[in-house]
Amino acid sequence: MGRRVLITGLATYWGGRLAQALEADPDVEVIIGLDTRQPTVRLERTEYVRSDENYSILSRIVRATGIDTIAHTFLVVDSTQMSSRTMHEINVIGTMNLFAAASASGSTVRTVAVKSSAHVYGSSPEDPYWFDETDKRLHSPRTKVERSILEVEGFVRDFARDNPHVSLSLLRFSNVIGPDLATPITKALRLPLVPKVAGFDPRLQLVHEDDVVSAILFALEHRLAGVFNVAGDGQIPWSEVCAIAGKHGLPLPTFGTSIGTEVLRRLGLVDLPPELIQVLRFGRGVDNRRFKEAGFEYRYTTAGAVEAFMEALRLRRTTGSKDPSYRYEEDIEQFFRHSPAVRRNNPQT
Amino acid sequence: MGSHDDDRSERPEVITTTAEIVPFRLPPVADEPEPEEADDARTGDVDEWGRSENVRRLVRSAFDPVYRHWFRAEWDGLEKIPREGAALLVANHAGAVPSDAPTIMHGVETELGRPLYGLADHFFKNTPVVGTLWARAGGVVAHPDNAYRLLREQQQLVLVFPEGSKGPGKTYNERYRLRRFGRGGFVEIAMRAGVPIIPIAVVGSEETMPILFKVPSLARAIGAPYFPITPNMALGPLAAMPFPAKFKLRVLDPITFDDVEPDQPRYSRSRIMDESEAIRQQIQEALFDMLRKRRSVWSG
Repeated sequence: MGRRVLITGLATYWGGRLAQALEADPDVEVIIGLDTRQPTVRLERTEYVRSDENYSILSRIVRATGIDTIAHTFLVVDSTQMSSRTMHEINVIGTMNLFAAASASGSTVRTVAVKSSAHVYGSSPEDPYWFDETDKRLHSPRTKVERSILEVEGFVRDFARDNPHVSLSLLRFSNVIGPDLATPITKALRLPLVPKVAGFDPRLQLVHEDDVVSAILFALEHRLAGVFNVAGDGQIPWSEVCAIAGKHGLPLPTFGTSIGTEVLRRLGLVDLPPELIQVLRFGRGVDNRRFKEAGFEYRYTTAGAVEAFMEALRLRRTTGSKDPSYRYEEDIEQFFRHSPAVRRNNPQT
Repeated sequence: MGSHDDDRSERPEVITTTAEIVPFRLPPVADEPEPEEADDARTGDVDEWGRSENVRRLVRSAFDPVYRHWFRAEWDGLEKIPREGAALLVANHAGAVPSDAPTIMHGVETELGRPLYGLADHFFKNTPVVGTLWARAGGVVAHPDNAYRLLREQQQLVLVFPEGSKGPGKTYNERYRLRRFGRGGFVEIAMRAGVPIIPIAVVGSEETMPILFKVPSLARAIGAPYFPITPNMALGPLAAMPFPAKFKLRVLDPITFDDVEPDQPRYSRSRIMDESEAIRQQIQEALFDMLRKRRSVWSG
């Protein structure tokens, strides 16, 4: 019997990418994607289930489908996307319900991967230059998204402790960069002048979007248990990130930086959240060796990720966007998945 | 130094120091361990510690005249600092803006042709512009994890001032009297990393920028460890210029901890405190000895 996988946040970039990758894997028998919104990418055999953001129907789904693997990608780490209230619902309440359903009696769940963020470590001048997975953050979190992710990790730890038979990998990704991704960093790097905090030139560690997807797949496939930092090799100064992108910096005031970010936000250019401003002051590095020792191979270094991002942007500027926009049509998708008229290749054969 | 030799064998490659080939001249090429594979996308030379060899070269050429003609730095026992392999250098720390740190870094880097990473308070990293320049010039935030990585994994030379800001923050009437050596964290790091500690006694730094008295309220206001009032301030715009005291630096015998295993989760606290106090005593006695022999503050 193949694996039966549940993906949270199917309509998010990560959920969609992951579903596409899992569809190509013949060992995966069933893919179920949960989200409040319809999928944004073309999917062949993934079953989309609309749910509210805190997954109240989840225990029913787990029971009915016998899910054995959960990829929890629906964690908001970019606080600019939504109100802090919605973020709290998705991150904290959603994760709580997800794990409640997964640990209900008779649950068939055996493998879980959670996409968390290096924001749990914070960023301060006293930090070590490399956080390893056992390091605690030195200051209590000041922003809502950091508090939210820390709460999520609390649920994750409790779940892992209560369910020793489940192999749970908690992946902490450093700031992600990639051409298909809209994060404050990628938006900033698309501007003609890239914002920076005057007087600071911190070392950053980035990870490419492709490596993020492969990392989640790798963790699921090898059933890694434990906490893992995921970040490209090397730390490079923000000025060098801009240099690789071929951009000049736009200094924001050293003191009262939030006034500068507010102006950028009002102009509709880029919204730099406070946790990212902190990173643009003091930087953050994570020790990525544990995940490498588990056998994962990165395709991109930090500098390589920036370069690949810029190359993809240049190509796209010339040839246009690679994908025509996709719209989910309920009837059509249902037809292809369930009509007896459709000849399906059984993934088992 | 038995355990030490083992560490050296772990090094990926042996690097010839420039100083061995070329008779010492500015600027030496640092023998950074090569990254495992070249990262083609890189455009700068800032390493993972924030240090830039180009900036170091600039700083060295700017500081060289000061080192030679202003401070007239004179070393005794420099050969005790290894040309290869890791070691933790510890020294006394003095002067409102301590000149001993750049002097030791400059001396070691030019004479030995290998980089020296200076550990310092995170106050620097928190300061705009200064923090960036400080990091590019080889400053690293003093965190045990950072020190361990530099020493154990990268086999580098690391400089630390165990007095912390209490050394430079003392007034002139307490000159050359060593403060407490923190909680002995430097000894623990050396034990964990399995590297020798090399004490250095520095005479001259106290007189470059003596502190007459301190203004605690101003220090609090700017978040600095202390706010000094120095006679250098009488120079007006040149207040940051140190007085030309003669620098003498004496390198003491390396201290190894062959009887303890590296990489232990913890070490005996009493042993750490004893070693720390013994090293402090050694530097203190060396200082007294050097001061006994010093005829003049300015000419040595």
